[in-house]
Amino acid sequence: MNTKNKIKHTAEDLGVKKVYLESGIEVNPIYTAEDVENSNSKHEMPGEYPFTRGIHNTMYRKRPFTIRQYAGFASPEETNERFQFLIANGQSGLNVAFDLPTQCGLDSDDPKAMGEVGRVGMTVDTLDDFEIAFKNIDLDKITVSLTINGSAIIAIAMYIAMAEKAGYDISKLRGTAQNDILKEFIGRGTWIFPVDKSVKLVVDTIEYCAQHVPKYSPVSVCGYHIRESGANPIQEMAYAFCIAKAYTDGALSRRIDIDDFASRLSFNFDIYGNLFEQIAKFRGGRRLWAKIIREEYLAKNDDSCWLRMIAGGGGGGLTKEQPENNIVRSAYYALISALSGTQTMALCSYDEAYTIPTEHSAEISLRTMQIMIHEMGICDTVDPLGGSYYVEALTDKFEEEIKKEMKTVDKWGGIVNAVATGKIQESVSKQAYIREMGMQTGKVDKVGVNIFTREEESKPVEFHPYNQEAADKQVEKLKRIKASRNNELVKQKLETIRKDAKEDKNLMPSIIEAVKEYATVGEIVQVMKDVYGEFEEPIFF
Amino acid sequence: MKVLLSKPGLDGHDVGVKVLAHGLIDAGFEVVYTGLRKTIEEIVQMAIDNKVDVIGLSILSGTHIFLAQKMKEVMDEKKLTIPWFVGGNVPPLDVEKLEAIGASKAFPTSTKVVDVVNYFKESLPNPSKGGAFVVERNK
Repeated sequence: MNTKNKIKHTAEDLGVKKVYLESGIEVNPIYTAEDVENSNSKHEMPGEYPFTRGIHNTMYRKRPFTIRQYAGFASPEETNERFQFLIANGQSGLNVAFDLPTQCGLDSDDPKAMGEVGRVGMTVDTLDDFEIAFKNIDLDKITVSLTINGSAIIAIAMYIAMAEKAGYDISKLRGTAQNDILKEFIGRGTWIFPVDKSVKLVVDTIEYCAQHVPKYSPVSVCGYHIRESGANPIQEMAYAFCIAKAYTDGALSRRIDIDDFASRLSFNFDIYGNLFEQIAKFRGGRRLWAKIIREEYLAKNDDSCWLRMIAGGGGGGLTKEQPENNIVRSAYYALISALSGTQTMALCSYDEAYTIPTEHSAEISLRTMQIMIHEMGICDTVDPLGGSYYVEALTDKFEEEIKKEMKTVDKWGGIVNAVATGKIQESVSKQAYIREMGMQTGKVDKVGVNIFTREEESKPVEFHPYNQEAADKQVEKLKRIKASRNNELVKQKLETIRKDAKEDKNLMPSIIEAVKEYATVGEIVQVMKDVYGEFEEPIFF
Repeated sequence: MKVLLSKPGLDGHDVGVKVLAHGLIDAGFEVVYTGLRKTIEEIVQMAIDNKVDVIGLSILSGTHIFLAQKMKEVMDEKKLTIPWFVGGNVPPLDVEKLEAIGASKAFPTSTKVVDVVNYFKESLPNPSKGGAFVVERNK
């Protein structure tokens, strides 16, 4: 871009105020062919390495992105009902939310679980709960995503055990688990074990799936929560890629071929803020990831290089003020996601800034995406913004900046170390403070919050009240199961897990065996804590 | 003045509490943060050990009423009078309920950092009143 000054197109040239993206990148009022003169983008094609323009050449023309809203309610019975409702309404994937005790590895009868059983998602104590939740749901037709991390290895084991018992061929079983523990230490916070052991467990699931459940995607690396915790779009991508590399390195150390693993890896990213910045983030990120996998890891297959993603409208952009505005924001987020070539989409509902979505608000989100697919022509042409001077120039810039930020993490001793010492948490939390203060002091415009505000009566919000009765029922059921199962056998299976943990073996086989005998989440986690210890949170803010 | 910011229960949302920590430090307060997933008993013990002037509870999972009741219980049991506050995802309609349970104040969802800071500043220990934290109940 050495010819940049020939044409008047910068803010200075044109005498207008300078504009910076949230990532700190300055954008010009006008972009021209000169800005992409040295860019490789001219020769790029969708479906061809490095996949900047999309991982498939036909994209949505062949099949629109999967719609997969996050759902999960209290008891496994209610969850099953909700799933049936979503499937009847045309949803092609299910995203399961779990309650906090399950995510933190506690049983419903644990004193620490009191008041939390079934509150933010489905409760799981034993395999029985999975069997109820997925009753009459055809696992061949619906893809299920398990949103769980700290205790993910147990949830995946239960999903596999349930499918096996129901007669499915697990070598053909599809599905996804979030299972990205490194980001839990940065945001979201459902860690259990020390960082190194936590990563080891993720690698266990990768290894097991590569060998036995090859169509299953055991990890979805989440930039989403890192961004929700305060990271800017560059950091979101950079930290997620560093995390993905950590799991990849772990898989390779178990002698898994890069081409057997990389194609099962998927990503979860956040969308809010500047439209073009997000699109460039995804296009530049997709190119960089492909290069990392091919040039650093020497993957041969093209599909190993794909940045497969769920990109959804994030809660971070939504406001409690004038909540109906969130419907409009979410429609833009959906548009960004589609223009960025996502594989799967989920939108936060308009009331999600302050509560669990109601059936009504969840339906609006679903319709938002359906209107875009069926009325807006979004599926007709692949990468419709490809070739735009601005978008291509910004895409190149993002590729470069994400790479730079990844080098910073290397300087911190790599992602595992940076997380264990709290370095990343500190950097993200500082950003969150700057962003929040920018909004609260009016430096950053937010409609309904610091501009175009109006006095609002605090409307009563439709909340999901805590269902103590359901929680009590769950505890009673757990008691019944503990009384009726073969406790001698359960004890044996738990001891096998302990032995395997001590010998640093892959825990998947022994956990699958234990859940089949109805060992509880809490029992299994306790055995693992005995051997691995627990994470001690470094206090950084 | 020393403030203990805490995360009781299993809720892992810590962006807000950390933003507030930064805001309080910038305003000259001393802040002790508990980290995630503490029991009420652990939080109260940390408050005693660190000799803090106030305790803040940050709760976003919807468990605020339950945890506030537990807080009241433990504070009464230990005969402590340290003022405590609730913030996080608190629906406006629950503010009164929390204050009736025993919170000196509850800050509803979307409260600004500056509002919390100012509230704390205005309630700073006042030597003429024996140096105690003065809580203005706006009822």
